[in-house]
Amino acid sequence: MAEGAALTLRDLSKSYDGHAAIEGIDLDVAPRTTLALVGPSGSGKSTVLRLVAGLLRPDRGEVRIGSTAMGESSKRALRLRMGYVIQEGGLFPHLTAFENVALMGRELGWAWDRVRGRVGELAGLVGLPVEWLARYPAQLSGGQRQRVGLMRALLLDPEILLLDEPLGALDPLIRARLQEDLRDIVRRLRKTALLVTHDMAEAAYLGDEIALLRDGHVVQRGSARDLLERPADPFVTEFIRAQRVLEAGR
Amino acid sequence: MKWLLVLALLASPAFAEAPRVTVGSKAFPESWILGEAATTLARRAGATAEHRRNLGGTEIVYDALRSGSIDVYPEYTGTIAEVMLHSHGRPSLAEMRAALRSQGIEIGEPLGFNDSYGIAVAPGVAHRLGLRKVSDLAPHPELRLGLTHEFLGRADGWPGLARAYGIPPGHPLGIQHELAYQAIQAGKIDAMDVYTTDAWIERLGLVVLEDDRAFFPRYDAVFLYRSDLVTRAPQALAAIRRLEGKIDETRMIRANARVVLEKRDAALAADSLLIESLGTAESAPARASRTADLLRYLVQHLRLVAISLLAAIVLGVPIGIFSSRSPALARVLLSFSSVVQTIPSLALLAFLIPFLGIGAGPALVALFLYSLLPIVRNTYTGLTTIPAALLESADVLGLTATARLWRIELPMASPAILAGMQTSAVINVGTATLAALIGAGGLGEPILSGIQLRDTALILEGAIPAALLALAVQGAFDLLERAVVPRGLRLRGD
Repeated sequence: MAEGAALTLRDLSKSYDGHAAIEGIDLDVAPRTTLALVGPSGSGKSTVLRLVAGLLRPDRGEVRIGSTAMGESSKRALRLRMGYVIQEGGLFPHLTAFENVALMGRELGWAWDRVRGRVGELAGLVGLPVEWLARYPAQLSGGQRQRVGLMRALLLDPEILLLDEPLGALDPLIRARLQEDLRDIVRRLRKTALLVTHDMAEAAYLGDEIALLRDGHVVQRGSARDLLERPADPFVTEFIRAQRVLEAGR
Repeated sequence: MKWLLVLALLASPAFAEAPRVTVGSKAFPESWILGEAATTLARRAGATAEHRRNLGGTEIVYDALRSGSIDVYPEYTGTIAEVMLHSHGRPSLAEMRAALRSQGIEIGEPLGFNDSYGIAVAPGVAHRLGLRKVSDLAPHPELRLGLTHEFLGRADGWPGLARAYGIPPGHPLGIQHELAYQAIQAGKIDAMDVYTTDAWIERLGLVVLEDDRAFFPRYDAVFLYRSDLVTRAPQALAAIRRLEGKIDETRMIRANARVVLEKRDAALAADSLLIESLGTAESAPARASRTADLLRYLVQHLRLVAISLLAAIVLGVPIGIFSSRSPALARVLLSFSSVVQTIPSLALLAFLIPFLGIGAGPALVALFLYSLLPIVRNTYTGLTTIPAALLESADVLGLTATARLWRIELPMASPAILAGMQTSAVINVGTATLAALIGAGGLGEPILSGIQLRDTALILEGAIPAALLALAVQGAFDLLERAVVPRGLRLRGD
């Protein structure tokens, strides 16, 4: 099964100061599907994403993008095949929205027309008026910044999208709207995606599959229905119920 | 036209065959006058002579002589015994000569006047208390004394004097010499230390107390010169030594009065002194106008600031970058530059003289060192306060380390880095006024002379351009910030 996987994690382990953040994680993500990593704070879901991005080095095990293992020598080439979106978009404040999106194109020596054409295309895709691209991040709203962040991640048409709580800092209405758009875009572009979120509903909405983490281990992996109807552990039910209470309380 | 004059002054003619003689003098009028006189005599004897005025203090000027930065300067026998030989007795001139000869320094014959220390009392106070001799001070511990720092510190100064006369040492006020005259005139102090040839004594009617226990040694004025001058510039040396035995107290006091009271240039006073002492007229060299002088000081000042600041930027920014990459290196480098910052500027200048001589060299090094810290620290802070999430975003985007530094880190840190440069530049403009103390010129030159002469106008001639220069530098960096700092960083978030 790992043969055709877009992203493979094998026996992945990482500890900080002797405390294990994740321990022996095995996961794979099939091409063109979205896997949502959910779990309480400290469950290790962000550590997994950071290992995949090459921002951390595993103590044990490996990350493979397609058939290439993540390592010091392969890191940069692999990163050009990834798009990375974080909370608030992670935009550089000294560059305009356009410059943020175009940065890697210019860095890779793209012709000006190609850069402009691609940025225009992406603006249409995420639904951002082109004239707003001249603005600086400080002049954009949180939702707009997030759309620019997504454009930047998509510039090089990467195989894999890494989404780290991408909608975490937004208010509920804008968040719901962006969730719809994000699902639409990921499906339309047929991207493989790894999404980290603490929100079960978001995971169920955006993910084809969900992996629920607790204390550095995968407790259960499956569809949202699997987790709800066939919980592998009382914790799964407990976590889902806790989230529902929260949802109902809003 | 004025610029041409400045250029002509800066590029003084150098005749290959003429020996070079550099005359030094300390930072007070009598020393300037004797220095000018020696310079004129050496020049008349065919040497290419230059006068480095205002070298701050005995240690600095003596170090300059030993290191060869200057060849000759006027000194006093009492000072030689105390400061250079650390002698507690009263060595004879022959003994002093023997001691200094081993260091390659010769002492000429006395010029003819004794400029000793004395204690002078305000006329009203002296009259009221009947003070005539130093021993009369003992029963009056209530008198307010204003003494120079050098006099307070020397064994043959206040500590020794108080002991010899049984005067309670008390807590005399440490005050700059020329300011003490101002203070005693205004009635702020009752007594002060004076040099017996000071022109102000007579002008203010001060009563110089008789040294009835012969505590003060003689301070016969002599020229100190490097032994190699005998072979290198024998004619110039002989010409200078013609002054020996020719200047008595009356002549010296009169020459001092020309500068201090009549506000004449020291060169003119030196010419009058030469005429009186040697009976020869000297056509005074054409003096530049005050405006040309000021321009020259300004150019010197700008050059000091520009070169030292540029060097500090060229080195400080990379040091800041390296520090931001290694916490251990950061600790070492930042502590080092903080330590440099705590060294008083005068101490740093004095420390550098044995290695670099006097003049622009040590001044540039000192200014460079002072400029370094704000630039290193601000570069370091600017780079290390960029949010980690943004740096990670840059990495995952696929930027190389070099591209990340140039495209992301330096632009984001640019406001902090520029602010550091601005701080350095403004501090540098102010500190550079002290460069005059070691013969590097600049706007400190008129300030220093103005303090010596109690000439506020002359002080302002240096202080106002220095202040304007600081403002201009500040403004220039504000403009530079507009040009360099990306617009996005000046916007406030929603």
